[in-house]
Amino acid sequence: MSKSKSMIKKVTGFRLFLPLACLFLVLIINVIKTPSFFNITIQNGVLYGYIIDVINRGSELVIFAVGMTLVVAASGGTDISVGAVSALAGAVCCFVLSGGEQSTDFYHAPYLLGIIAAILIGMICGAWNGFLVAKLRIQPMVATLILFTAGRGIAQLITDGQMIYLRVDHFKMLGASIPGVPLPTPVFVAIIVVILTYILLKKTAIGLYIETVGCNSKAARLVGLNSTMIQFLTYTFCGICSGIAGLIITSRVYSIDANNAGLNLELDAILAVALGGNSLGGGKFSLLGSVIGAYTIQALTTTLYAMSISADQIPVYKAIVVVIIVTLQSPEFQKMRKALVAKISSGKTVKEAA
Amino acid sequence: MDNNAILTMRHISKNFPGVVALSDVDFTLRSGEIHALMGENGAGKSTLIKVLTGVEEFEAGNIRMQGMEHDIINKSPQMAQENGISTVYQEVNLCPNLSVAENLFIGREPKKAGMIDWKTMNKKSVEILGNLNIDIDVTRSLEHYSLALQQMIAIARAVDMSAKVLILDEPTSSLDEHEVEKLFQLMRQLKANGVGIVFVTHFLEQVYEICDRITVLRNGCLVGEYEVENLPRVQLVAKMMGKDFDDLSAIKKDQTACNKKECESIIEAKGLYHAGTIKPFDLVLKKGEVIGLSGLLGSGRSELARAIYGADKPDDGELFVKGTKILVSAPIDAMKHGMGYLPENRKEEGIIPELSVRENIVIALQAKKGMFKLLSKKEQEEFTDKYIELLQIKTASRETPIKQLSGGNQQKVILGRWLLTNPDFLILDEPTRGIDIGTKTEIQKLVLKLASEGMSVMFISSEIEEMIRTCSRMIVLRDGRKVGELEENELSQMSIMKAIAGGGENE
Amino acid sequence: MNKIKKMEGNQFLLMITILLFVVMYIVGIVVFHDKGFTKTQVFLNLLISNAGLIVIATSMTMVLITGGIDISVGSVVALTCMLLAWMMENKGIGAVPAVILVLLIGVVFGLVQGYLVAYMKIQPFIVTLAGMFFARGMTAIISTDMISIKNETFLSWAQAKMYMPFGGYVNKKGIIVNPYIYPSVVIALVILVLIFIMLKYTKFGRSIYAIGGNEQSALLMGLNVRRTKLKVYVLDGFLAAFGGFLFCLNTCSGFVEQAKGFEMEAIASAVIGGTLLSGGVGNVFGSLFGVLIKGTIETFINFQGTLSSWWTKITIAALLAFFIILQSVFAKAKEKKK
Repeated sequence: MSKSKSMIKKVTGFRLFLPLACLFLVLIINVIKTPSFFNITIQNGVLYGYIIDVINRGSELVIFAVGMTLVVAASGGTDISVGAVSALAGAVCCFVLSGGEQSTDFYHAPYLLGIIAAILIGMICGAWNGFLVAKLRIQPMVATLILFTAGRGIAQLITDGQMIYLRVDHFKMLGASIPGVPLPTPVFVAIIVVILTYILLKKTAIGLYIETVGCNSKAARLVGLNSTMIQFLTYTFCGICSGIAGLIITSRVYSIDANNAGLNLELDAILAVALGGNSLGGGKFSLLGSVIGAYTIQALTTTLYAMSISADQIPVYKAIVVVIIVTLQSPEFQKMRKALVAKISSGKTVKEAA
Repeated sequence: MDNNAILTMRHISKNFPGVVALSDVDFTLRSGEIHALMGENGAGKSTLIKVLTGVEEFEAGNIRMQGMEHDIINKSPQMAQENGISTVYQEVNLCPNLSVAENLFIGREPKKAGMIDWKTMNKKSVEILGNLNIDIDVTRSLEHYSLALQQMIAIARAVDMSAKVLILDEPTSSLDEHEVEKLFQLMRQLKANGVGIVFVTHFLEQVYEICDRITVLRNGCLVGEYEVENLPRVQLVAKMMGKDFDDLSAIKKDQTACNKKECESIIEAKGLYHAGTIKPFDLVLKKGEVIGLSGLLGSGRSELARAIYGADKPDDGELFVKGTKILVSAPIDAMKHGMGYLPENRKEEGIIPELSVRENIVIALQAKKGMFKLLSKKEQEEFTDKYIELLQIKTASRETPIKQLSGGNQQKVILGRWLLTNPDFLILDEPTRGIDIGTKTEIQKLVLKLASEGMSVMFISSEIEEMIRTCSRMIVLRDGRKVGELEENELSQMSIMKAIAGGGENE
Repeated sequence: MNKIKKMEGNQFLLMITILLFVVMYIVGIVVFHDKGFTKTQVFLNLLISNAGLIVIATSMTMVLITGGIDISVGSVVALTCMLLAWMMENKGIGAVPAVILVLLIGVVFGLVQGYLVAYMKIQPFIVTLAGMFFARGMTAIISTDMISIKNETFLSWAQAKMYMPFGGYVNKKGIIVNPYIYPSVVIALVILVLIFIMLKYTKFGRSIYAIGGNEQSALLMGLNVRRTKLKVYVLDGFLAAFGGFLFCLNTCSGFVEQAKGFEMEAIASAVIGGTLLSGGVGNVFGSLFGVLIKGTIETFINFQGTLSSWWTKITIAALLAFFIILQSVFAKAKEKKK
């Protein structure tokens, strides 16, 4: 009995238990509700199916979640500007490549230049957020509120409030697929971002630094860490991620709609981090957890679509998930649970004694 | 039972996770007396007061107020106030954004037709403060006034709540002499009115000036209750510091590696100054010596160490390491010059709770090496195993989060963290506090061993016994100044206590 | 001189805001006087189109003073409008019971959010983020199509012009036209004043400031911190629904995308009006000026004609950045003094 108990404890204590359990739950619901969920077909050498769709559509969210994870871990706060920044990055990219024309079917500038411009603008936005949070010590949510408000405005300023269409087949590849490759390109981009970040965290000390600063910034300073610099870097990195995600979003629709690109994705990204078993208070984090969290959310979204629930209604279910997760995480709830367990077990011993 | 007692606390016990904060403590307060509650850090003074005022719950014991039939349990500060217990805390617990008048009256504002009557409130506030000879604009927000004034306002608030019991928890640490005198006048006046005052302070002079009785706590236990006139200063210090007679007497100091006079100096501070905590301070530290900093809480012993390490940037002064002047603007600079610092507050400044033992050990060395020179997993594990072995750290594994370890083992991990950086100069601020005797002994032995190998150590502790055993020289501080320096052969309980107690007129 | 010296940093921020509004308005008059910017009606339109926002910003100010935040308000406004439209048009419920019902829903909404913040100690941002999702999603569940309100009682409230006895001008036909407002403006301003009185003259109001100033101290001084916080979020839920009602009087319709970004406008208005995001300091009249500044920027863009709507967002964000940085500089200077 005690052995099975410790076994359960071991399994539930595993860091990725919660995110994996959630993902599993969503998939099981699918098996019951939509048996065709796991079907994969091949059309024109490209894989199709719900599951492919989840992995494909989830790519941007994974990239956002990677950046958000580091920001949350280092500062215990969230960057709510990521969606707006991605729209801005997309706008800059389209503007550079279209040469300012509203619709074009050839590049007006080298493709690479557009990519670099988008990532650079993401980086600048991230650095601005980082400056406000790390140097001026403004609460992260408030500091990033500025770009949250302005980001789309500036994007519209660049595109002059119009959609910019880039009807170049080459441009569509990033968001669709490269001929001859059976999987959509965004999947690869997401995987590359995750792997590069993973290597960065494992091959340098930055991961340890981030956890230390997020866990106990006073102690971090006394062991010689520069927490200002570390927080600044995580926000800058998050900005870069937003830039990359912005490129994919733009490429998917080969156009930029500054009002709707990446809309509400900041909320999904925060949710992915929380769902990944990461504390929103900062400190220890699991990149893999966030990635699983992101795919879980995408699976949930796709599932709800498959159950023909409209896009507008999905937030209700997401909200319920958020509340449940944060309540489970909250120290107050843990206290209540412990008190309850103690009560039950003491009741048991009394019974046994009797 | 004392008929005059307005407050009696009996057999109070309180545990924090892993620590016994109070164990079977009695406390009696009589009306019209000023009763000092004394003890070093961790003695349980604050906890006793928090229990009394309803900030913390307690597990066993009872509290009774005069005139009440039954035991009282204060579930919140609000209830304590209703029961006639007012408290002024060491940290000013007022709201800086509210006006002075509001801070005096919040929660009990005078009203007219259901609305707060600001006019009356301001008028009354002027009167209340007038009684204390304080003449300030009560409509300005509190944050505009000095800490001392804020403290006086907090006291005024507590007094005006017409309390039967007034608790003053280190109220004088931010007051100057003149203000202290004002406070004492007020206390005498209240005493004459029959109020019982609990006075927590670490200034011995003040105890002997104003108090009638002293209760001493140590390590969560009651040492005793004494009449002030029957307890000479030196004895009070002895009672507070305690004498843990453990097996430490077995430790013999080796002859230090070289003759100190000829040894090179490691650290030299000239005119080190930090506003409010240390007056300009000179200090020379030689290779292989263990220097002790002694003094009561708030004497500047920890603050001096922090200033040297750059934990709190000094306002003025120069620092030399091995003869060359260095600039320390953050701890990393000090580390690069071969320093290490084990902070006084292990929980808040030492451990990184969520991280593993391994990560806690390697973090300082890793920070010193820089971001891109990651210690390999193998190196990290080797280092960790080495220090777990060397310091006999009891942990389930290297990957156990440090927060799951006992206090003593956490402290050893932090010691390991600094030893791994191979420092020339190690500052240990209260390394043995809240740690079992066995571990204490180990740590003390280790300090001596390190010194014999040529490391310089600055050792700060509130336990005199262990200082005598480990230090080769001791500096005694009071009010941020050096008031005595004792060489190894002069070190004795008596000489140190005399230096700490100062004055000496009560002997 | 003495008076300037005595002026506190927060009042200084408020003064900057008021001054900014006055300067902007004067600039408007100078630049657009030929387009009729000088008319009293232009000013009154500021109030008319922002009546709902005034209530929301007032409520937001109160929440910010406790050191919290509520980003669900925009969605609650949308939900309120949708519920009102749906109940009156699709369910045939009368205007009065419909309004009472949505206000009750607002209270319940606030109660849940308040419980999670005050008693479960979850970050207000996260709680209200979930609230934002929930309310917006519920709006869509009720109806994904726009519902226009045709209920006569409701429309009569919405269209009841109240003419001012002054500031009239003679139009082309030679008839004197007096400027007007709608009842919603009066109600919004009354709520503003009531909240001002509550914050300044009641124990509850002062507790709000005390909690924002130093929660620990507030507790030690014997205030019931948790209950106060709960009450604040309940009141906030109520006011969000009420703001939604006033907003609905302007739009007379309910649809999913309504009042998007409203929460940010409310927060921006409060911050521009001198409310500190760290809590403890704030003035509802400052927030009123924050709203007016936002309205003036919009009016500029309307009058100018060639400037695009996104300039509103950019200008507000720039102002927000300016005030947030100013606050941080003030806070740092204060710390240094100590």
